[in-house]
Amino acid sequence: MLENDFMQVNNDQIVMLERLCNACAVSGDEGEVRSIVLEQVQPVADEVSVDPMGNVLAKRYGAGERRMRVMVAAHMDEVGLMLTNDEGDGVFRFETVGGIAAQQLPAKEMSIGNDHIPGIVGAVPIHLTSLSERQKDIPLDNMRIDVGTENAGKVKIGDRAVFATKFHQQGNSISAKAIDDRIGVAILLRLFTNPPPNIDLFAAFTVQEEVGLRGARVAAFALDPDLAVALDCTPANDLPGWDEGEDQWAKNTRYNTRLGEGAAIYVADRGTLSDPRLVSHFVKIAEETGISYQFRQPGGGATDAGAIHTQRSGIPSISVSVPARHIHTAVAIARISDWENTQKLIFHSLTGITRDSLNRNG
Amino acid sequence: MKNLIRKLVEVTGPSGYESLIRDCVKEEVEGLVDEVCVDNLGNLIVRKGNKAKNGLRIMVAAHMDEIGMMVSHVDEQGFVRFMPIGGLNAKVCLGSRVRFLNGEPGVIGSEPAAGGSKALTFEQLYIDLGWDGQGDPPVKVGDVGVFEGGMLEMGARIVSKALDDRISVAVLIETLQRLDADKVQSPHEIYFVFSVQEEVGLRGANTAAFGIEPDLGLAVDVTRTGDTPKDLKMEVSLGNGPAIKVRDQRMISDPRVVKWMVESAQKAHLPFQLEVLERGTTDAGAIQLSRAGVPAGCLSIPCRYLHTPSEMVDYRDVQNSVALMIELLKDPIVLSEF
Repeated sequence: MLENDFMQVNNDQIVMLERLCNACAVSGDEGEVRSIVLEQVQPVADEVSVDPMGNVLAKRYGAGERRMRVMVAAHMDEVGLMLTNDEGDGVFRFETVGGIAAQQLPAKEMSIGNDHIPGIVGAVPIHLTSLSERQKDIPLDNMRIDVGTENAGKVKIGDRAVFATKFHQQGNSISAKAIDDRIGVAILLRLFTNPPPNIDLFAAFTVQEEVGLRGARVAAFALDPDLAVALDCTPANDLPGWDEGEDQWAKNTRYNTRLGEGAAIYVADRGTLSDPRLVSHFVKIAEETGISYQFRQPGGGATDAGAIHTQRSGIPSISVSVPARHIHTAVAIARISDWENTQKLIFHSLTGITRDSLNRNG
Repeated sequence: MKNLIRKLVEVTGPSGYESLIRDCVKEEVEGLVDEVCVDNLGNLIVRKGNKAKNGLRIMVAAHMDEIGMMVSHVDEQGFVRFMPIGGLNAKVCLGSRVRFLNGEPGVIGSEPAAGGSKALTFEQLYIDLGWDGQGDPPVKVGDVGVFEGGMLEMGARIVSKALDDRISVAVLIETLQRLDADKVQSPHEIYFVFSVQEEVGLRGANTAAFGIEPDLGLAVDVTRTGDTPKDLKMEVSLGNGPAIKVRDQRMISDPRVVKWMVESAQKAHLPFQLEVLERGTTDAGAIQLSRAGVPAGCLSIPCRYLHTPSEMVDYRDVQNSVALMIELLKDPIVLSEF
């Protein structure tokens, strides 16, 4: 079991996560989060740079011969909207950036552009709709963002919009937008300020993950690490389901992960077959140190590891995520205990990693 | 060669978990080559020969991985839900037998189709482990398995799971054995790559090609045929010889490479067919786009019932593929325009 474990989630970290989640950084326009990241890493980095795509690449060198060069990636971008057409009087058409279901948008408060101008995605009052209309999804093309006439000149086509959700903490629970992947960024910042001494830590705060893992691809090529870990946030679809056919509560076999059950280790998703040697290593460390963990159900989705592992001559990779309910919507929920377990797991797994961990038994 | 084929197809090796098949192949080839290495993703890369002045660095790839399934949930009665690894088709799974990497067997069953919808989905499928409920279930989340389907000979036809692409692995091993036994003096430096994770997106070939930086790339893989009842209009048929790929979904074969392959087959009086594949791709597609680009093509072995437990090839096509490979690799290569 762990003793004197300084990788607990402390109040400073919760304050940092609040800053990160409230910041606006849709894919391709990650500046606000990048500034926070640079502010945190510059004082302690051995090397830090911002690459042409906007990834922050920060290095801390360890000690010891034959030490491993480890890339840890967390993405700075969130899903959001982009204004596409000015229809006058503060009314704009828009498109989604990254995966957002259109049905998540009506009646949401949004925050637009770098000045965070408030806007609303409208919805028709119930009095004016028919039952059949309410049973159909509203197509995205029918929706508009309304910033009002006063602010009409303060936003323009190309500006990005995020949900206007504010961060809240309630005991062990956090609710916020962009927990995917600001929580990964928060963990990586902590890891960067307390790095495992036995490795060279290459932290990659990546861009444009939500639109195709684009930042991670070039970051991995540039860093050329011995192995990589992607820190992300993954859906917890763990509420009970209802079986229409049987008219009773259904066994939920497609929960992906469950809140409260610890760090989620990926064996496989659509983008990556995690290196089995790394999966064994992380599980072994979790078991030895008593860190709570679960397996993220093999299935769809992808993380930065999908782009990283096929770079150059191949990079053994694994993903570890914090579970959260309702990601890619206006507000998601996560547990601080899961965050803490993920943070401890990454720290202790990397502290315990050697070149022998990648020995092949076949 | 049939014993070799049987040995290779019966190994369990789904994408990402190729250790057993890698060991098997390594044992077959290590005495025949100048260098053996296993790269970061698990590709087995063996080099034969050094590049003479009139030679090229050639990468020849056949993938070791096969399609399979990964456990996503185990319920209290031992019914297992799974995610497909690679291009598994839900309807092909029903009633199939599976073998997990840990040796456990299973049978795939399904829930009744949801109200009216005819197409079977993975959500409805499960693997029955025949578990008696004692102790722990024989598999856990993350475990991997493949179809079970021992090799069967039917005259000139061979039937098995994983002919895609173990049959090509066999062709490459046999080619290496013949090059060695006949003491062929090739001017080329040839990297035989037994690649990983082809079925999930040509991932191994991508990274192997980056590491090798070949002058010329050739994949050896299976391709479908157009010779069964009411099938696609496609020229390729079992028994008509190895197919020279002109185009598939991700690659337009370099026409100079196609020309070289056709002329080599003609010179050696070997039967061959030309292949135009509408849907599907091979490692060659990844090699072609590696770094600054590589002239690439593919030698295809015609195969019926792809991605089922009972894929079928014609043994004469397999033997002719070996003969064509030797013909391609033994002499200097001049790639010229049509």
